[in-house]
Amino acid sequence: MTYERINFETDSERAVGDEKLQHALVNVTNRFRSARNKASSEVPGWDELRTLAREIKKETIENLDRYLIMLEENVKKAGGHVHWAKDGEEACRIIIEIARKNGVNSVVKSKSMATEEVELNSNLERAGIRAVETDLGEYIIQLAGEHPSHIIAPAVHKTKDDISRLFSEKLGVPYMSDPADLTKVARERMRSEFLSAGMGVSGANFAVAETGTIVIVENEGNARLTTTVPRIHAALMGIEKIIPRYNDLSLFLTLLARSATGQKSSTYVSFITGPRRESDADGPEEFHLVLLDNGRSGILANGETRESLYCIRCGACLNNCPVYRKVGGHSYGWVYSGPIGAIINPQLLGIDKAPELPFASSLCGACRDVCPVKIDFPKVLLELRHEVKETKAETGKGRELFFERLAFRLWRTIVTHERLYGFFSSLMYYVQMPYRGESGGLGSLPYPFSRWTRDRDFPAIAEIPFRERWKELRKEIGEGSTK
Amino acid sequence: MNPYGLELTVLRPAMRVYLFVTCLVDTFFPGVGEGMVRVLDRLGVDVEFPAAQTCCGQPAFNSGYREDAQAVAERFISIFGNALQERRDEETYIVCPSGSCTTMLKVFYKELLSNSPIQLNKLALIANKTYEFSEFLVNVMKRADVGASYKGVVTYHDSCHLLRELGVKDEPRRLIEAVRGIEFREMEMHDACCGFGGTFSVKFPRVSVSMLDEKIDCIIGSGADTVISSDMGCLMNIGGALSRRKIPVRVMHLAELLAHTGSEGD
Repeated sequence: MTYERINFETDSERAVGDEKLQHALVNVTNRFRSARNKASSEVPGWDELRTLAREIKKETIENLDRYLIMLEENVKKAGGHVHWAKDGEEACRIIIEIARKNGVNSVVKSKSMATEEVELNSNLERAGIRAVETDLGEYIIQLAGEHPSHIIAPAVHKTKDDISRLFSEKLGVPYMSDPADLTKVARERMRSEFLSAGMGVSGANFAVAETGTIVIVENEGNARLTTTVPRIHAALMGIEKIIPRYNDLSLFLTLLARSATGQKSSTYVSFITGPRRESDADGPEEFHLVLLDNGRSGILANGETRESLYCIRCGACLNNCPVYRKVGGHSYGWVYSGPIGAIINPQLLGIDKAPELPFASSLCGACRDVCPVKIDFPKVLLELRHEVKETKAETGKGRELFFERLAFRLWRTIVTHERLYGFFSSLMYYVQMPYRGESGGLGSLPYPFSRWTRDRDFPAIAEIPFRERWKELRKEIGEGSTK
Repeated sequence: MNPYGLELTVLRPAMRVYLFVTCLVDTFFPGVGEGMVRVLDRLGVDVEFPAAQTCCGQPAFNSGYREDAQAVAERFISIFGNALQERRDEETYIVCPSGSCTTMLKVFYKELLSNSPIQLNKLALIANKTYEFSEFLVNVMKRADVGASYKGVVTYHDSCHLLRELGVKDEPRRLIEAVRGIEFREMEMHDACCGFGGTFSVKFPRVSVSMLDEKIDCIIGSGADTVISSDMGCLMNIGGALSRRKIPVRVMHLAELLAHTGSEGD
C-alpha cells in the first residue's frame, strides 16, 4: 500500500475555515474533556495509576518479543490461530485467505483502527467480499466513503443533518431528524448483516500475554455480536496492544474508559480466549488473531521515540490538543489524528510521507498532561523534528527548506558573536522603519513574516536594546556588589 | 520606610542575580528587562547582566536544527558558567523573565547535550541556580508582595512551558494579587495555548490565529483591561492581535507590572 504525502498545511487551513466543523469540534472536545476531567478526579491516586500504567507499558514494549511469543502460545493453547503480518498488505491477504478458505462472501466489522490503517475494507471489496461496519459512527463514515476523524468518535465531524441526508440518499429511507430514528434504521440494517455474515472482523483494545485473551471495549454491543454470531472471528491488532498479565486489565480498563469518554466503565467489555468451547452457549467455531507490525518494530528500534507505542488509543490527547480542536482529524491525513497521529503517522508511514506532522503542534504539552500512560509528546515531537531536518532533510519542501536551513545557519553565526549580534539588531532597527504602522508595531512584513502579519501586528525592534539600556540602569541602581 | 508605607526587608547583601534576559526581551521588549532590574533592586538584590549573552538557542532546537542549537547552547552555558564562577556561594542565582527560555535551559538542554557529558556537567552547575522570575520571587526570595501598585483589572495567561514544563502556576497569581489597587480576574481557559509556539505561528498561521481567537475571546470575556503573562512570546502574539483589531486591552509582562509603583497604571 502506498500513501500520498500528507499535506497538513492545506488540509488544516480548509478545516479552520469550515464553520460547521469548528462548531462540531468545540462541542465534542468540550464534552469529552470535561467528562474526562471529572472522571479522573474521582479516582484517588489517578496520577500514580498513570505512572504505574506507563511503567507496565514500558516493561512490555521493551520485552515485546517475549510477550508476543507468550501470547501466540496461549492463543494456540486456547484453540485459536495466530498470524503474523509484517505490513498492511500481508494483514489483508491473511484475512482474505481465511475468508476464501471458508467460502465467506460477507463480513461484519466492529470498529478497529488497525483495519482502517491497513485499508481492509477496500481490500476485501476488491477480493469480492462485502464488508459492513457495525459501529454506528464507522457505519456513517463507510456510507459517506470517508475516513474517521476521531479515534473514539469517528463521525464527530458530521452533523445530525449531514447524517439524515446521507441516510436518505444511501439507504433510501425518508429524511428523519431524530437521532433515535436514525439509529433504529442503522440497527435494523445491521441485524440482517450480522445473521448473514460468514465472518466477523474486530480489532482488540488489549491482548493478555499470559492467557491469550483479547479484550474489546465498546458501548454499542456491536463488537460482541461481531465476535460471536458469525462462524469465524478474526481479530487484527497492532503488536503494541499487548499487556502482560490478566491482573493488569483492571488498571488499563479504568484508565481507558475514563480517559476516553469519562465513563467509569464502558457499556460492554468482552474477553475472548480462543474459539467457542463445547460448553459455551455461543461464539465462533474459528478464532484467528492477526498480529500487525506495519512499521511498529521500526518505532521499537528507536529508543528516543519508542514510547509512542505505549498508546492505548483513548483519544484524550485529541480532546485536549488546542491544534486538534481547530483542525479536526482529517487534517492529519491518516487514520490516527491529534497529537498521537502527529507522532505515529510519520513513524508508521515513513517520515517523508508526513514531514509536516511533527511541526503541527505548538508544543504546549496539554496532551502529555492527560495521557493515561504519560507519553512525553513534546519530547517525541522534538525528536522527530530533528529527524526531519537533520537526518532526512531532503524530504521536506525543497526550496523552503533550503532557505530555512540557511536562515538558521546565519542566525547561529550572529548569536554566537556578540558584536555581530549587536550590529545586526541595530541594523534591523533601521530596516524595519518603513514597516512601522501608526500603533508603533509592524503591520505588513515581507514573506515569510507576512504569514504572521496577515492577522497580527509584529512588535517593532526597540531603538535601545536592553544591553544598551543596562549601562544606564547599572549606574542608576549602583554598581552591583560595590553599592 | 519607603513612600508607600511598607517596610522592605533588605535581604542578606550577598544575594546576587545574574539576568538571563532572552533575545526577545533584549531586542523587542527591553522594558521587561528593566522592570525585572527595578523589582530586584527594590528588594535589595545585586543585579548583574552578563553582557556577552545573546540567545539560548531555543528557536533552532524547536525547529529541529540541533547542531546549530548546540553551538549556541554551549556558548550560553559557558557565559553563565563563568559568571557563576566569580561568586561561588549559595546566594547567587540566574533569573529569567521567560518560562520558555528557562525551560530551554533547565529541561531541553539535557536533551540537546545528551551526547556531551562535559557539557552536561557544566549545565548541572547553572541549571540548579536558574529560576523563572515569578518562581524566583515567590519560592527563593519568599516574597509575594514586592511593593508594587497598579490601578486596573487584570487577567493572567498561563504560558505553556512555565505551566507544564516548570509547574509554575500559583506564583505569578500570588504576585499579582499582592499588587496594591489591582483587581485580578481569572479568564476562561487561562491554561490554553495562545497559538504562538515559536515558528508554529509562522508555519501554520491560520491554525495559530484560530487558537489565538479563542484566547482573545477569553481575555475579553474576563472584563480585564490588562492581560499579564510571564512570556513575551505569548504576549507578542496576543498583543499583535489585540492591536490589529484595535481592542483596548493592554498586554504587560509580569515584571513590568511589578515594577509599577505609585498611582500610575494607565
